[in-house]
Amino acid sequence: MTRRHAAVAAALIIGVALPVHAQLGSFNPPPGPQKTFAITNAHIVPVVGPEIASGTVVISGGKIQAVGASAAVPAGAEVIDAKGLFIYPGMMDAGTSMGLSEIEQGANATVDISEIGSFNPNAMAYYGINPHSAHIGVARVVGITHVISRPTGGILSGRAALINMAGSTAPQMAVNRAIATVIELPRSGFGGRGFGGFLAAQNAANTQDVNRTRQRQLDSLRTMLHDAEAYGRAVDAYAKDKTLPRPKQDVVLASLVPAVRGQMPVIFVADRASDIREAVGFAEENKLHPVIVGGRDAWQITAFLKDHDVPVIVTSVLQLPSREDDPYDVNYSTPGKLAAAGVRFAVTSGNGGSEVRTLPYNAGMAAAFGLSKEDALKSVTLYPAQIFGVADKFGSIEPGKVANLVVTDGDLLEAKTNTKYLFIDGRMVPLDTKHTDLNDKFKDRP
Amino acid sequence: MRRLPMTRLLEVSMTKTLLFAASLATAASVLGAQATPIAAGAGTTLIKNATVLTVTKGTLKNADVLIQNGKIAQVGQNIAAPAGARVIDATGKFLSPGIIDPHTHMMSDATNEGSLSVTSMVRIQDVLNPTNVDIYRALAGGVTTINVLHGSANTIGGQNATVKLKWGEPVEAMMFPGAPPGIKFALGENVTRKNQNQIVIPGQPIARRYPVSRMGQEEVIRDAFTRARDYKASLDDYKARVAKGEKNLVAPRRDLELEPLVEVLEGKRLVHAHSYRSDEMLMLLNVADEFGFKIATLQHGLEGYKIASEIAKHGAGLSSFADEWSYKIEAYDAIPYNVAILMRHGVVATINSDSDERIRRLNIDAAKLMRYGGLTEDEALATITINGAKQLGVADKVGSIEVGKDADLSLWSNHPLSVYAAVDKVIIDGKVYFDRQQDLAQREQKAKERAELEKADANQAPGNRRGVQPVLPQEER
Repeated sequence: MTRRHAAVAAALIIGVALPVHAQLGSFNPPPGPQKTFAITNAHIVPVVGPEIASGTVVISGGKIQAVGASAAVPAGAEVIDAKGLFIYPGMMDAGTSMGLSEIEQGANATVDISEIGSFNPNAMAYYGINPHSAHIGVARVVGITHVISRPTGGILSGRAALINMAGSTAPQMAVNRAIATVIELPRSGFGGRGFGGFLAAQNAANTQDVNRTRQRQLDSLRTMLHDAEAYGRAVDAYAKDKTLPRPKQDVVLASLVPAVRGQMPVIFVADRASDIREAVGFAEENKLHPVIVGGRDAWQITAFLKDHDVPVIVTSVLQLPSREDDPYDVNYSTPGKLAAAGVRFAVTSGNGGSEVRTLPYNAGMAAAFGLSKEDALKSVTLYPAQIFGVADKFGSIEPGKVANLVVTDGDLLEAKTNTKYLFIDGRMVPLDTKHTDLNDKFKDRP
Repeated sequence: MRRLPMTRLLEVSMTKTLLFAASLATAASVLGAQATPIAAGAGTTLIKNATVLTVTKGTLKNADVLIQNGKIAQVGQNIAAPAGARVIDATGKFLSPGIIDPHTHMMSDATNEGSLSVTSMVRIQDVLNPTNVDIYRALAGGVTTINVLHGSANTIGGQNATVKLKWGEPVEAMMFPGAPPGIKFALGENVTRKNQNQIVIPGQPIARRYPVSRMGQEEVIRDAFTRARDYKASLDDYKARVAKGEKNLVAPRRDLELEPLVEVLEGKRLVHAHSYRSDEMLMLLNVADEFGFKIATLQHGLEGYKIASEIAKHGAGLSSFADEWSYKIEAYDAIPYNVAILMRHGVVATINSDSDERIRRLNIDAAKLMRYGGLTEDEALATITINGAKQLGVADKVGSIEVGKDADLSLWSNHPLSVYAAVDKVIIDGKVYFDRQQDLAQREQKAKERAELEKADANQAPGNRRGVQPVLPQEER
């Protein structure tokens, strides 16, 4: 079978990479130890269940141990008096490429976001994430404690990782090294996504050629998925019966087995209604477990999404309307419409790294245009955790969950709110970042 | 120049396969969703019972604002409605000055005349498109005045235009009356065009153009102002000799490139200089000091915080992003504390969008400055209102809610520094140009119009038209 065959004609000529590999430094102070902390007198917003006007959250061993108005403070706990402050679960951004690209323009050497070729299911974001990326520090101090970081490009882009936003090594950060497989289906009417697809479409003689190219790409993808399914069965059969022929080891197909068995979600990047329908159809045809990332037009097909029980990670809240005659608030109001229709959804910054810190304002804007404030908060905490099957660990303040918590002086989604304390994996995280460092160095320069 | 929406849309269409969608959108927009001017009521208006954020004179609870002849006539409590006045009940709502964005490229059908190092002769006002739908979208974010700048491709770029977002009016009516003229300068990566060399579109040559370094940028400015000084001397000399009554003189030949630079030397034209790194900003301030002119604003000025004292000493303003950074090398030391540090050093600082998307939520960008740098509410609001008015030389007319100023006002459902705020109405010169309730009420009718237009033969997909493919115009954008 064809591995990594160049499906889209390389229409870009990449010039000589600039010899820029800046020593970017390490800006993210490591977190402290997993101790026992008792945060007392705080206004607790657990996300599930009623708010507690004044209570205590106890964390120990990386987990939330107790929550309540009268939760006991264990002996030896480090007590943090949070009078006048709020405790929220840390936010989750499920639509990033955190740590994979530091400076997009002019510093190619810092960009590890895409692999060569179109079919790379074995490429793992986990191995490209730079724990010392300054983007991690500035995003976490807003209260974003864990993210999904995914590779982009090609058709089978690779596998995404769920990481905690603290730690000096990738193993320390990883919650799930491969939480989802990423597929960027070629758009209908185009030879591929993005600028390469645009140029391929420009160069194609006519739309028939473009569609033929696209069908070939889809056929290659189907073949690969079928091969992976057969490979998985062969490996299992051989494990039970050694008299069978031993299957030749194939790391590429092996990496796809959890996805084709429906055990690993598959992220489909799609914005247009036709592309979303196509992705869902393709997923069902191949027995995949789809999650739509993008979902700009999802509001047009809410009944379809609900019928097929497909969740949407909305990247578009703060994007301009894509059509001139769309209502001005068409993208602001998408999460509200999905919530009203009962479609499972979450909100993401849709950003690669540096602007992930704007996540809460995406949810806030949705709340200004039809989404309830409660759902806005859930759309960046509980809902993404549920969609990726990690709500037993993340998304609310409940005993037994991972102690990813943020203590603030106000509403978590408001831009003016300050973070006072940050806990990730039960460790206190210093609030210093590249930006606070530069602020400290220069703010009083005479 | 003004253009029909059809022409503009076809020009921006990326590909033939988009044409169908474009023709649909175009057909709809001719009568379209946002195309109907809704400006109404130039007469007397009384806004009742709002929380009035004057920005310069504090916040007034349960206050009224009276608008007469396009100006703010009275601000206070229990103002009686004059006979015939339209009354807007703003109970529970917040009234702010209209937002001012000192850096956009909205409405301009061309952004860069990038062929020469000095293009001071070209004017953005010649390429403004008053039907650009992003005007309406920005209005819906509470914006009333924008500075439309030339791009940053060359060291000395073209002349900017200060515009009021009077959606539905002809472009002449949108020009801000009495706003001082300005010009764009640019420094750093965008001028050297180093990034542009990495991606090559097949069939298009890589263009190289002096300067390709920050050394050359200093030299271009020095050369241009040396020539401008000479030109000014010859003009002054000619005028002096005319004044003395000399006869048969030959006037100096008019120089459209140097004329705007002479205006800069005379303090009659504002310089808005795109710049990122602190060293390039300092270079520009020093050259300006040497030639005896002022830099009105450092645009972006992302590293301004490293030389806040020097910027304050020169008297330049600075207009920055709230929190964008790391998208290129020279933006890697950008910090969201920039504006706050500059303000503490006495610099008039603002937030700008440089984006038709971000311009819709400058209120949230301003709120970020309370987190990053601890600005007060009034200081944060100033960065998107009165400070922008100062930078554009129109602070006597807009930027705060004060008696005698233009009635450019935004009414919000919530405090504008809250992420939960949505704009309810926007008023410019006393007329309502955006009304959310009216917008919502029109949607059903617009959807019907669109459905009708989609049935028209001209808007059928190529496959439905006996194989006839639409043809893109060949002109280049």
